[in-house]
Amino acid sequence: MRMIKEYQTVDQVSGPLLFVKDVPNSAFNELVEIILPNGERVKGQVLDTSKGLAVVQIFGQTTGIDVPTTRVRFLGETMRLGVSEDMLGRVFNGLGEPRDNGPAVVAEDKIDIIGQAINPYSRALPSDFIQTGVSVIDGMNTLVRGQKLPIFSGAGLPHNELAVQIARQATVPGQESAFAVVFAAMGITFEEAHFFMKSFEKSGALDRTVLFLNLADDPSVERIITPRMALTTAEYLAFEKDMHVLVILTDMTNYAEALREIASARNEVPGRRGYPGYMYTDLSTIYERAGMIKGRKGSVTQFPILTMPGDDKTHPIPDLTGYITEGQLILDRGLHRKGIYPPFDVLQSLSRLMNLGIGKGKTREDHRGVADQLYAAYAEGKDLRALSAVVGEEALSERDKKYLKFADEYEKKFIQQGLDQNRPIEETLSIAWDLLSGVPEIELKRVKKEFIEKYKPAKVDARA
Amino acid sequence: MGTIHRISGPVVTAVGMSGAKMYDVVKVGDAGLIGEIIRLNGDSAFIQVYEDTSGIRPGEPVENTGRALSVELGPGLLKSIMDGIARPLEKLEEKSGSFIGRGVTVNTLERKTKWDFEATAKKGESVKGGDVLGTVQETDTIVHRIMVPPKVSGKIDSIKSGKFAVDEVVAIIKDGGNEHEVMLMQKWEVKRRRPFAEKMPPTVLLMTGQRVVDTFFPIAKGGTACIPGPFGSGKTVTQQALAKWSDAQIVVYIGCGERGNEMTEVLTEFPHLEDPRTKKPLMERTVLIANTSNMPVAAREASIYTGVTIAEYYRDMGYDVALMADSTSRWAEAMREIGGRLEEMPGEEGYPAYLGRRLAEFYERAGRVVCLGADKRQGSITIIGAVSPPGGDISEPVSQNTLRVTKAFLALDAPLAYRRHFPAIHWLRSYSLYLESLKEWYGKEAAQDFVSNRNDAMKLLQNEAELQEVVQLVGADALPDTEQAVLGTARMLREDFLQQSAYVDYDMYTPILKQYFMLKTILYLHNKVTDTIKAGVPYKEIIKRQKMFEKIARMKEIAINEKMEGAFTQVHKDIDDEMAELRRGA
Repeated sequence: MRMIKEYQTVDQVSGPLLFVKDVPNSAFNELVEIILPNGERVKGQVLDTSKGLAVVQIFGQTTGIDVPTTRVRFLGETMRLGVSEDMLGRVFNGLGEPRDNGPAVVAEDKIDIIGQAINPYSRALPSDFIQTGVSVIDGMNTLVRGQKLPIFSGAGLPHNELAVQIARQATVPGQESAFAVVFAAMGITFEEAHFFMKSFEKSGALDRTVLFLNLADDPSVERIITPRMALTTAEYLAFEKDMHVLVILTDMTNYAEALREIASARNEVPGRRGYPGYMYTDLSTIYERAGMIKGRKGSVTQFPILTMPGDDKTHPIPDLTGYITEGQLILDRGLHRKGIYPPFDVLQSLSRLMNLGIGKGKTREDHRGVADQLYAAYAEGKDLRALSAVVGEEALSERDKKYLKFADEYEKKFIQQGLDQNRPIEETLSIAWDLLSGVPEIELKRVKKEFIEKYKPAKVDARA
Repeated sequence: MGTIHRISGPVVTAVGMSGAKMYDVVKVGDAGLIGEIIRLNGDSAFIQVYEDTSGIRPGEPVENTGRALSVELGPGLLKSIMDGIARPLEKLEEKSGSFIGRGVTVNTLERKTKWDFEATAKKGESVKGGDVLGTVQETDTIVHRIMVPPKVSGKIDSIKSGKFAVDEVVAIIKDGGNEHEVMLMQKWEVKRRRPFAEKMPPTVLLMTGQRVVDTFFPIAKGGTACIPGPFGSGKTVTQQALAKWSDAQIVVYIGCGERGNEMTEVLTEFPHLEDPRTKKPLMERTVLIANTSNMPVAAREASIYTGVTIAEYYRDMGYDVALMADSTSRWAEAMREIGGRLEEMPGEEGYPAYLGRRLAEFYERAGRVVCLGADKRQGSITIIGAVSPPGGDISEPVSQNTLRVTKAFLALDAPLAYRRHFPAIHWLRSYSLYLESLKEWYGKEAAQDFVSNRNDAMKLLQNEAELQEVVQLVGADALPDTEQAVLGTARMLREDFLQQSAYVDYDMYTPILKQYFMLKTILYLHNKVTDTIKAGVPYKEIIKRQKMFEKIARMKEIAINEKMEGAFTQVHKDIDDEMAELRRGA
């Protein structure tokens, strides 16, 4: 164990950064404790170190820090989290300290929160179909265990409700196994956090849940640590305790803001829109901590939520996220206004691992074709909707009218479902076939002929 | 031996490094992390470290190995998966478990394996760089040629066949007083290109089995192509399809800063997929380099060089190599990140000013060449690079610098991907400058009218785009019949030719001849429809003949065998019959 060294040589305080001089050799990423003149203690971490100078990033308020009397203790280790199965059912703050007035956790192990990359060779290929009971997800953007699938949302859209619904309904059909939810809140409001806690409580999942809460009025720099605390816990539960862990990270936009705040305090050369050039790499060290490992039973599945500033998908936060995650579920304000829940922008949503989790023996043999056909038909219908707005519905051909009708029905019957409605995959597919029977059969090119014969309802449904 | 002065993320500054050279590999700190010198200033050196630097302190030692970053080249590269600095991931797992540890050194090539070396050169022969000394059967399909290292020449003093490990001497070459020991393995610095005798223009098609590529926007063997597209537009699926089905003998696949699960998918899938030509698992001809996004950023920067050096080595044996880099944007970002830590003055969007030069140098390592060696064998490297432009906007520096040096441009399009038109390569925005130089090849290997058919189809698609603008205003019914027929044919081209499923067995790979027949049949139908309209049959009547159109839609399912041509002839006949009937009715 390295000796703890204390210095009273603060040179400069700038935003969340503390410059300490005459420090001979602090380690990169070393954990630091800062003792304020009034005796208060805050944590920090070394961001840049050289002979004689350490730049420390402070987690917490900089109020009260002064230059002459503030003391800085270098703790000789990088940031670690004490983990234990007893964390289930507990609430922690963004730095992993109990927030629920409960006792401190007796750690079974202390783990470095930065986390090392999973060796790609050691990964097991995710292929277990997770049934969420939400038709758009199960039918068209299937989720599998070990996947990272974010929700791209906007302010005022029901992403929280959706996340809760998924957390409550998600099962792997035919398998009962130990599951846990790890929830990390970054900069969300008390009300939102309360909503999540109430919902977990109602569904009886609270004692299987670990919560890390950094709320909107908590120090923003802590948000850099919060998701890493959550994922360290998740990896422990998954790979040491054989649990299937669902990690909900919300709101990643606040995380990225905190990253930008630190970068600008360090006078770094900014990339797009002032976000640091290494944001892709930084985000990847969070998102890539999902997956399964050969020879271990558990899994880490991630559901990050982010709000797109100005509903703009090309904003750096959703853009870089989309390049790392295995797909994205995008919510659409237009559908939300029409009163459709969950308001998925189906055409822009995608699950990259879908093919690994569907098909014969997992969902059903016709699943791929049906999903592709729904996409194609809905895209056609939406195009025609735009056209009919210009030329009028009367000017459309019979074929076109069928597609127009399909698009409307699809939104009302397939996308639309209740907050508590849990549709098994068979039901989702049968709704799909009902809808597809309204499309001319010759245009069902995405589905194998034998499946059309096998699954297509004999007559056009009377309700259609 | 120097000491660490400063640590800032992946960049470490060391002092007391006199005698160090640029790009020397160093071991940093007590943990012995691997790094590379990227700037010298007096006796201090700036080092980019290929591993996480957490916990490293100023004052710890830095040891210079005196060698630039090199890769071991020899039998055993095929079928392996390694990280950006050529450490086999399987060995890393043995040493540090499921998560990648730090300071682990492992050889690229396994020393325990004994390879069966068969000498083909004889004692007393004069040889020079590139000459083949003998062979090793590396996998079922690939014969590994053991070559004289590029700078060595002289008389063979001794050579023997037998079982050898890669680091055992198989031949001694005497050059005056100098003696060179030749092993099955040689080392090469990754940032220097391997020499060749002569570069030649590319005139042979790299067959990929992807209709939109082979027929519309072909890539030549020895050529370069770039695939830009926003996320979700299918870059990786396209890259993987090309890696699976292209008729290169060797495939080097670099996962540069991409997803871990994707690499696992390749690793799981390739051993089970069969090469349509050799009927052996695809893995037998593949080298995988995986430096996922969360692995250290400096090693990501190196991964591209490691990959292309391995590709050059197999090219030097006389093979056609396809190199897939997914994604070069992540590579460029690694440069930007390191440049930022060095406090370099940035160029556009924070990228270093040398971005364009580095990209050009990389793509220029492609080419069809006459290799070194007396037998004048030929080999090629085709580079296909994915680009991930932020927000899908290709006006950004990485895309623009790439477009300047690549000759085929496969533009992936998000709206196409949203409607599940895959591969989502946009036919109007993509281009290939190889069409002209491949004309002769098409004439010989497929059919004389191949290129003219392709151009006719392109015209129809262009025509469609123009007509669509009118349709947006007045509706399709207002168009004259012949123009409606153009729209109909263009739709067939899009849905029944350009679209190709990567997941359906009969559709994932289409040989060039079948591509030719498919396109020809659609054009044949189009001409017949136009004629029939001119003969007075309304288009409305023609499209009622659904069976005929369905046959076109099911062309994809026609089996690839000796009966294939007959099956297409039958479709033509059916079209004739239907048309004759329509005319009789009119």
